[in-house]
Amino acid sequence: MKKIIFITVSLFFFLIQQSFAVVKIDITRGNLEPLPIAVSNFYLDNPAQFSPELKKLKLDEKISDVIKNNLTRSGLFNIIDPKSYIQSPKIAHLKPRFEDWALIKSQVMVSGKLLIDSKKRLRVEFRLWDVVAAKEIEGLALFATPESWRRIAHIISDKIYERLTGESGYFDTRIIYVAETGSKEQRVKRLAIMDQDGSNNKYLTLGNELVLTPRFNPTAQIITYMSYFKNLPRVYMLNIETGIQEVVGDFPGMTFAPRFSPDGSKIIMSFAKDGNSDIYSMDIKSRIVEQLTSHPSIDTSPSYSADGKFITFNSDRSGAQQIYVMKSDGSQVKRISFGEGLYGTPVWSPRGDLIAFTKIFKGKFYIGVMRSDGSGERLLTENFYQEAPSWSPNGRVLIFYRETAGGKGGAGASSALWSIDLTGYNEKKINTPTDASDPAWSGLLSK
Amino acid sequence: MYKSVSLSILFHSIMIILTALSLPFMTKKPIMAPPVIAVDLIQISEKTQLPFAPKAKEIIEKIKEEKEKRVVTKQAPPKITPKEKPKTVPLPKELKIEKKEEDKKKQNPEEVKELSRQSSEFEKKELFDPNKIAALIDKSKEEIAEVQKKQTLELTQNQDSRVMLDKGLTLSQEDAIKAQIYKCWNIPLGLPYDQNLLVRIRLKLNQDGTIVSSEILDHARMNRPGQGFYKVLAESALRAVKLCNPLRMPTTGYDRWKDLQLNFDAKEMLRG
Repeated sequence: MKKIIFITVSLFFFLIQQSFAVVKIDITRGNLEPLPIAVSNFYLDNPAQFSPELKKLKLDEKISDVIKNNLTRSGLFNIIDPKSYIQSPKIAHLKPRFEDWALIKSQVMVSGKLLIDSKKRLRVEFRLWDVVAAKEIEGLALFATPESWRRIAHIISDKIYERLTGESGYFDTRIIYVAETGSKEQRVKRLAIMDQDGSNNKYLTLGNELVLTPRFNPTAQIITYMSYFKNLPRVYMLNIETGIQEVVGDFPGMTFAPRFSPDGSKIIMSFAKDGNSDIYSMDIKSRIVEQLTSHPSIDTSPSYSADGKFITFNSDRSGAQQIYVMKSDGSQVKRISFGEGLYGTPVWSPRGDLIAFTKIFKGKFYIGVMRSDGSGERLLTENFYQEAPSWSPNGRVLIFYRETAGGKGGAGASSALWSIDLTGYNEKKINTPTDASDPAWSGLLSK
Repeated sequence: MYKSVSLSILFHSIMIILTALSLPFMTKKPIMAPPVIAVDLIQISEKTQLPFAPKAKEIIEKIKEEKEKRVVTKQAPPKITPKEKPKTVPLPKELKIEKKEEDKKKQNPEEVKELSRQSSEFEKKELFDPNKIAALIDKSKEEIAEVQKKQTLELTQNQDSRVMLDKGLTLSQEDAIKAQIYKCWNIPLGLPYDQNLLVRIRLKLNQDGTIVSSEILDHARMNRPGQGFYKVLAESALRAVKLCNPLRMPTTGYDRWKDLQLNFDAKEMLRG
């Protein structure tokens, strides 16, 4: 009897040990290289449906190209050369042979087709395939008028980006900026708007007066900016769709550096009088104006935090220009930048964790980020002259403008828009028809 | 009977009281305890088993062949006969002659013994091999790996009997597996790094390292609201496992690694 008990007990312990014997290995590192992705060309499902004019547009090719361009520019994807694709687009969309796609070292694959439905709308279907796991991981059909094919391509790009990176995309967005033409002395500055990839460029003002610092509200239909209309520098609001323009607030002096609150209900700006500028906010509906700072120094460039509870701004109250944070009612002002040099144009990230800024140190201009408590300062790029960072809606990319030195008296100098990843990599120029400055990124158009 | 029991109780209680009195907390002086240092016990194999480059394998095989040519028999070591030595030991001729002369002069029995030991088949491996001079000069990693492989290969039988007692893999075996997976895993870059980013995958492996099954242990979390990023992460980990199939596993101790759990954690990488 004792023997049996002994055996069972020891067997029990033996089995327990066995069951815990699984070897555990921690994988804490990986590859941060761009994900290899194949974008199979989209195709016309039933070419007879498409009118000759539509066929001429070659939307199938163009949509695939826009998607490829978006994914490449993000720096997170490596598009595999379409020449190496073995399967035809049609079969790839219906039932891909995953071995073929794995052979060219792609880990994911995109396929899609175009149709014209009974209401003469363009219908674009796309599918995202996990080549390694051999399954479909995303599929969608989108409808729009054939003219909006570009937006469809951007929305598809966003879906792919979101599904593979785990955060929302930023391709279906627009950028507003100041288009500059003419010589340095007679500069003409117009407001311009374009898609984030530089296409669909349009001018919103004629260039009769100087415009500066345009900013979107969260719906991306209204912009606020500063204009020297009748040589009076003031903050204006413009509805892009209706074209209605109005002065913001009734201030007895110069207002500048406007920005919307995250919910779009308020505009925050600087108001300058007698060499002193302070920060004010105005409720758009009730038109109630509130003074937030009152200090005999220059307080400017205010920006709300993502939750609207705090405001960051720059001020020279300590003697040199530095970044400060305060509550949205103006209380508890706290300096957060303590590095060498001057800090300006703070912008709070839409994710809420970081503040982007321009830093001037020893005659060089830097774009950098720091946490909202001032710690973890990281400079992303250095140049002769660059400033005014603006966040992509997912808080991963910054857009800013950069000026070249030019010759004597600034002759031949040019300015252009650039974007850079939060990581400090993937610096890219954004092509604009003219010189450009003061860019601002909209939120996602299709929320 | 009762007397002995009561005596036993008495002495035991005295012992307990004495022990209690001598315990540190009884003394009033606070003792400065040294800081606690956590120590992870890791297992280290006698020889590090590094993964081998394919080129190194070729070299190993070449050397093996050469060795086989040279070895006349694989039986017990030849008997102590210093005269036979020159036939089996591939030392340069000049050296051999010199040594012979020394032996004759000294006539030291110990010296003779040493020479005779050189001729033993087991000791020969430890000896300087002129055929490998080139390999020694070229200090590439492959060659180092090759030398180690030679030694480990011959040790495997001994290891096996020892290894059955301990569980888990040695540090170097674990590192070899990690290195493989690191290469296969494309970390999705948009994950929120302030969240829990741990994906646990249980693998069942064949003896040749091919994966029989892979299973995500926290599967339920994939479809929880607000955890969309977790699905992305879990899928990337699964892709890594599949891309790495078959895994190059140790040649021994299948029982220890037939079930593996990989804990993928992207936090460190993403926070930078």
